[in-house]
Amino acid sequence: MLHLIDRRLNGRNKSAVNRERFLRRYKEQIRRAVKGMVGERSITDMDKGGEVNIPVKDIAEPRFRHGEGGDREVVHAGNREFVRGDTIPRPQGGAGECGTEPGTGDSVDDFVFSLSREEFLRIFFEDLELPRLARTVLGQVEQKKWSRAGYVTEGAPCNLSVRRTLKTALGRRIALSASIRRRLAEAEARLARAIEQGRPKDELAALAAEVSRLKRRLTRVPFLDSVDLRYRNRVATPAPVARAVMLCLMDVSASMDETRKDLAKRFFTMLYLFLSRKYDQVELVFIRHTDDAEEVDEETFFHDRKSGGTVVFSALELAHRIATERYSGSSWNVYLAQASDGDAFGSDAGKSAHFVKDSLMPLLRYFAYVEVRDPGETRMSSLWAGYQTVCHSGFAMKRVSERSDIYPVFRELFKKESAAA
Amino acid sequence: MTPISHGADWSFELIERYEVAIAEVASEFGLDTYPNQVEVITSEQMLDAYASIGLPIGYSHWSYGKEFITNERAYRKGARGLAYEIVINSDPCIAYLMEENSVMMQALVIAHANYGHNSFFKGNYLFRQWTQPDGILDYLVFARRYVMDCEERYGVAAVEEILDSCHALADYGVHRYRRAVPLTLRAEEARARDRAEHARRQYNDLWRTLPPVTETKGEAAKAKFPAEPEENVLYFIEKFSPRLAPWQRELARIVRKIAQYFYPQAQTKVMNEGWATFWHYTIINRLYDKGLVDDGFMLEFLQSHTSVIAQRGFDERGYGGINPYALGFAMMQDIRRICEQPEQEDRRWFPDIAGSDWKKTLDFAMRNFKDESFIAQYLSPRLMREFRLFGVADYEGKPMLEVDSIHDDAGYVRLRQLLAQQHNRDQRVPDIQVAGYERDGDRSLVLRHQIQRGRPLDLDEAQEVMKHLGRLWGFTVRLESVTEMGRVDDVRECVI
Repeated sequence: MLHLIDRRLNGRNKSAVNRERFLRRYKEQIRRAVKGMVGERSITDMDKGGEVNIPVKDIAEPRFRHGEGGDREVVHAGNREFVRGDTIPRPQGGAGECGTEPGTGDSVDDFVFSLSREEFLRIFFEDLELPRLARTVLGQVEQKKWSRAGYVTEGAPCNLSVRRTLKTALGRRIALSASIRRRLAEAEARLARAIEQGRPKDELAALAAEVSRLKRRLTRVPFLDSVDLRYRNRVATPAPVARAVMLCLMDVSASMDETRKDLAKRFFTMLYLFLSRKYDQVELVFIRHTDDAEEVDEETFFHDRKSGGTVVFSALELAHRIATERYSGSSWNVYLAQASDGDAFGSDAGKSAHFVKDSLMPLLRYFAYVEVRDPGETRMSSLWAGYQTVCHSGFAMKRVSERSDIYPVFRELFKKESAAA
Repeated sequence: MTPISHGADWSFELIERYEVAIAEVASEFGLDTYPNQVEVITSEQMLDAYASIGLPIGYSHWSYGKEFITNERAYRKGARGLAYEIVINSDPCIAYLMEENSVMMQALVIAHANYGHNSFFKGNYLFRQWTQPDGILDYLVFARRYVMDCEERYGVAAVEEILDSCHALADYGVHRYRRAVPLTLRAEEARARDRAEHARRQYNDLWRTLPPVTETKGEAAKAKFPAEPEENVLYFIEKFSPRLAPWQRELARIVRKIAQYFYPQAQTKVMNEGWATFWHYTIINRLYDKGLVDDGFMLEFLQSHTSVIAQRGFDERGYGGINPYALGFAMMQDIRRICEQPEQEDRRWFPDIAGSDWKKTLDFAMRNFKDESFIAQYLSPRLMREFRLFGVADYEGKPMLEVDSIHDDAGYVRLRQLLAQQHNRDQRVPDIQVAGYERDGDRSLVLRHQIQRGRPLDLDEAQEVMKHLGRLWGFTVRLESVTEMGRVDDVRECVI
């Protein structure tokens, strides 16, 4: 007799826990791989999953096995030309004709697997040492806004609407007692008439009993019943559509080497991730500068070299021009992120600081400046000194020499976000 | 009779009708099986089932996650299809059907798994000896719960450490021979009586005059522990490790038990698959003869059947050694042919089965052999010619590989012997046994690797396994490689 069981509706992801274990165990390797991915990826692609390569050697499970050497025979199929005693040159790198012995071939293939978006972001954030709060803010796929949507008959006690409930109760009481009241009024009128007409005593008594019975029935209509309860209802609606533009400014003079650029890239990525959570549409503008500023695409921005001195002011001016020409009006939220090593020439620093304070800040929601320095360097740069005079709630600056230094620049942003939520 | 169905779609009712028809044919052929349980699953669930080495319930471990990731990726990329079926050696025998398969595939899988594999599990001596099909699911539930409890109590990392180490030794966690059953009290008394009687008959007063044996022998015996080498390393560790806590011993036991459960499977791959393939082929053909399946069904069936039993030549693309399905199926078919239409050559090679009842002969073969002995017993010259088998010798002392023997008169016996040896588990797994435990000394453990035919261990990997051994043992572990001449060739140590 056959037992036929339909298991299709049973749980699927039975292996999820094992997969999770695997990720946990090889965190180091995966983190290294993610680091590589961050370098290769465009900022806008950063919050996607990805494929991770781990050397097979690192995750192998060791067993006692035979190594190379010694004597062995292997039987193969499909002989066409060989006869006994023929000799065959030894194949390179393995014993046996086709390496059928397990473990003899030296496989260098990587173990490849895909990380989901959540997994990728988690590792990326851990690397930046983001606080948990900020991680959840960034990790959220979409933001919801709770709004009121009338009343419902079921809900949590904390959402009970007393006014609504009493109103309903009143209505119910009126509706339920209407017929009784009518009959009571009639009975009372009849009783009054009977008394006037001087009817016999027992008839009066019967009428009086009827009146009191109806009065009793009236008191039995409850003041508050469970059907009266009304609760406030709330529904989640997507946050309103808003647009933002992010102006990325970077100093690409010779002193900004690859590691510094990597730090800068992570800095820009963070801001982008934050903005793309908050706004439906985020545009990116890349402005690089040496002596003069120019708008470039992302590839050029991060990977092209250009030599020259450092004049920050030109870049700020260009940013200002772009912001006023293309992104003016209330529908755009303008964010500016600047990365530099802070060496401004001559009067450039002072001029820039003034320009930021007077012309640029009124246009911006937030200005984040990171100064990429070598660890241990304590000398204050000229631009840093200049920017210190900018006192504005939307202005943040920070010296960064390690990845974990990046987050504090955004502390204000995340604080606001969490307060608003 | 009219065919059971037309077209490719299946339904539960159709599966049941096919099963009834297949069961009828199977009983015609006298297949003895456990009761059947068929479970319909999705491809995702099939991937899940893959990951836990085909067991329906398993404890959590990262290596299963790795397995899952590999399979999932290969499947998503289209590099590998899913196996059509997974069958579990339990009572009742559980087989999985995939929802995506056509009705032909479902019938094929039922014939293959529920009647082929199932009867093999029930009949083969290795399975009878080493597995308890009625208890395995309960044991897996227990193991899973036990591992979870330990993780809660001692932490995931601590449990993972032990499991990693035990997995590294899983090949050495099996008993290859059954232990002697302890005698009952009555049997023991009978034996004592027999011995006394024997002593009485052999009595010679002369023995009394011999000087008493000195105590040195007793000392030597005490110093050597275990008295006999122990091949089940994991068992020895579980019983005697000086450092392991009771829960760690239990984990070692769980890994060992599961390894033992799979021990017969690894040794009967050719036979098991050959047997199942032979029976699905025979059963479906019988259904066709009875008119229960139509021509379309049969064509589809033949297509997937032939792709399963394809054997590529060594110089063709995708050659992966001898295909166990192909070899097993061909041998089963060949035995039937030898029984039914023996030729002169067969009468010379197989005088005892040529012309006998094929059902009885096959049944005998299924019950009493494993791959190695099955090939050594039944591989016929005709098959060696058909597969065009040839043996290549790789000797350390020679600069070139040499063709040792081919499918000709001079080579048949030798070739058969080589192929049988190739399927011998002991050739694959290096021979490593516990040789000594310094119980009264520094508590070190000595393992002895008996080198066979000059084949050394893969030293890098052995070094890794030694670390695991050290973790389980808690004291110094030494691994001696001993040559065939008895000389200690290589010693690795893991000093704690």
